[in-house]
Amino acid sequence: MRVEGSVKTVILGEIIFPIVLLIFGIYHGLMQVLYRAGVIKDMSFLGIEYYQGLTLHGVINVIVFTTMIIVAFGNAVFLYYLKKPLRPVVQWVSFLLMVVGTLMAAWAMFTGKANVLYTFYYPLIAHPAFYIGAALLLVGSVIPLFFDWIPNYIAWRKEHPGEKVPLAVFGMLVNHIMWVIMLVPVVIEVVFQLIPVSLGLIPETNPSLSRTLFWAFGHPVVYFWLLPAYVMLYTILPKIVTGEGKLYSDSAARFAFLLFVLFSFPVGLHHQYTEPGITNSYKLIHAFFTLGVAVPSIITAFTVAASLEYSIKSKYPEVRNSLFYWWTKIPYISLEGDKWLVSYFMAGLLLFLVGGITGIVNASYNLNLVVHNTSFVPGHFHTTVGGLVTLSFLGISLYMVSKLMGKDIKFKGLAVIAPWLWWQGMLIFEYAMSVAGIHGFPRRTNTGISYLNPDSPLYRPEWVGYAELTVFAGFIIVLGFIFWAISFFGTIFSPKVRESTIEFPTASALHDEKAPALNRLTPWFAVSVLLFVLSYIPAIYDVTKRGVFFDSPGYNDKSPVPITKPQSAKEDQRNTAEAK
Amino acid sequence: MDRAEKGAFITAVAFMGVFFALIVYAAKGLNIDVPTCITDVKPFTQGQVIQHAPDRYEIHYLAKMWYFEPANVEVPVGSTVDIYLTSADVIHGFQIDGTNVNLMAIPGTVAYARVKFDKPGVYHIVCHEYCGIGHQDMATKIIVKAGEQQ
Ligand SMILES: [Cu+2]
Ligand SMILES: [Cu+2]
Repeated sequence: MRVEGSVKTVILGEIIFPIVLLIFGIYHGLMQVLYRAGVIKDMSFLGIEYYQGLTLHGVINVIVFTTMIIVAFGNAVFLYYLKKPLRPVVQWVSFLLMVVGTLMAAWAMFTGKANVLYTFYYPLIAHPAFYIGAALLLVGSVIPLFFDWIPNYIAWRKEHPGEKVPLAVFGMLVNHIMWVIMLVPVVIEVVFQLIPVSLGLIPETNPSLSRTLFWAFGHPVVYFWLLPAYVMLYTILPKIVTGEGKLYSDSAARFAFLLFVLFSFPVGLHHQYTEPGITNSYKLIHAFFTLGVAVPSIITAFTVAASLEYSIKSKYPEVRNSLFYWWTKIPYISLEGDKWLVSYFMAGLLLFLVGGITGIVNASYNLNLVVHNTSFVPGHFHTTVGGLVTLSFLGISLYMVSKLMGKDIKFKGLAVIAPWLWWQGMLIFEYAMSVAGIHGFPRRTNTGISYLNPDSPLYRPEWVGYAELTVFAGFIIVLGFIFWAISFFGTIFSPKVRESTIEFPTASALHDEKAPALNRLTPWFAVSVLLFVLSYIPAIYDVTKRGVFFDSPGYNDKSPVPITKPQSAKEDQRNTAEAK
Repeated sequence: MDRAEKGAFITAVAFMGVFFALIVYAAKGLNIDVPTCITDVKPFTQGQVIQHAPDRYEIHYLAKMWYFEPANVEVPVGSTVDIYLTSADVIHGFQIDGTNVNLMAIPGTVAYARVKFDKPGVYHIVCHEYCGIGHQDMATKIIVKAGEQQ
């Protein structure tokens, strides 16, 4: 369908703007492996410090890029499936808030005023522009839900009584409502703790509380990134794989989304297993739910594989009776029509298989003692966010841009090879990081000037080989990205050949039941919020009343002297703590 | 749900159930547990080594930008060590290589773990949580000496 001029511009902006930034994000990814392996033995390179680059890499790749692409994809999905126009004013306000917020945070990061990494753990404190910018980005990202998507969804339901809303709309709606819920704790952290301290309005605040609020957001956010990729796997992949494939089961897909609604929230303490201040039985409860939230991904694995099998077997009768051979008929590398997109999804899925297993390891409570804060963790999430999520987002960005601009995909061959280079690089990277992590190789550390420097007293030769392997992997990944970027920008700058439209290849369902319980969102979200609150009451009690003895002033990354001055107050509290 | 789907769902739930049972067994049966909230030791401002018996030690680690206090502790092989950890400034990490001791040092709190050193050798400890510009140099060790076993 055709897209209105102004809304089209917004959606294109929401794709192209974060991708231009992503170039910096990926560049700093490459720098990371070079620093860590000691290829660059320095605190900084070209004026950007290691930890500053790591902050940029994290914030750009998983906060700016993901959020804006998800909003762009959501806009396109609602537009295409509900056939209802989006409101230009709403779209512009949302887009400009996101851009201004991003630029504010980017200014703070590029000028070195926010070397706090993308988790911004207090008591390290950044320039207020970093927090305010991030807040504007997040506020901008929820505006379409309230003023475009929900009104259009309600209107659609009135016009189509008794009908199920299209699966893609259902998935994106669920995803964005989850997004609004998970933002509550981090907004509380940023607005009531971090911004006041960074503006000097309050001298100190509670670091354990801020971490707990952060992870109440920080875990569900990975599902906010993941669910749009699942929407693509359910609706687009089966269709394009053979040209007329089907989704194995519509209800299973909706059920998986709803399990995410239930179990994505009461799980954040699995990021805090090794922390003091929280009673370990509460952590065990969160471990239980974290294993629970693996279930919808396993259901997705089944549904996607079954859809692939059905789609392949209906086109190739010769493999109809084979258990394994149909896998060879998947168009892993094909230039025909939209089949180039299959490579992005398949490479992403194969990485996600590894990411799922390592994720279950991380989640497993006491097993986390082996891997927490080692390079095992970045190894894991580079196959999930850096794997399935990024690859499907890169693929869909290229797809949407070509449709919205009415252009043919240029350098399709490079576009098809790109995800496989990325896949190969990430597999090697993940292997090296995971195994080194089990041997204690720390994450978030400029190891090249200490642990991997033969001249340093801290030299740990057992990590050298793994770090060198990550350099090799890093170059392959970046090569994959360059291939993709050539195709992406080549497409953008090529001449227009047809009308601007938006459309998504959409698989219909093989098994399609009514299942009204799966189409009423309110009760599921009500239970979900209740579970969220209940699962956090004991932990919040611990970090505010029981396990934390005093608040802390803020610190800059360069100095052990606090930048806010509550010394006297702190001494008083210490004395009372000791007197107790 | 057809039969194959039910099978996949039940398999998924069963796998997770077994994993969870094993976790609980390791925590409660084998005593491999994650740190908990302790309130009997208050946050301290000095690191120290306290010896209770020839093979019983208590170490109070104070993590600071960008070193640990005390540095390089020596204990005899076979020692059981109670580790208490706090931070004087920002959040730090604390992992003793080759053991299950993996803690966070958060100002205002005290983390606790017990470890028994059965093998002699050098046990490296690195700060594995980003704590500012000097983070990569923040490390210490526990040297477990042989030949003094009781
Ligand atoms: Cu540290
Ligand atoms: Cu550190």
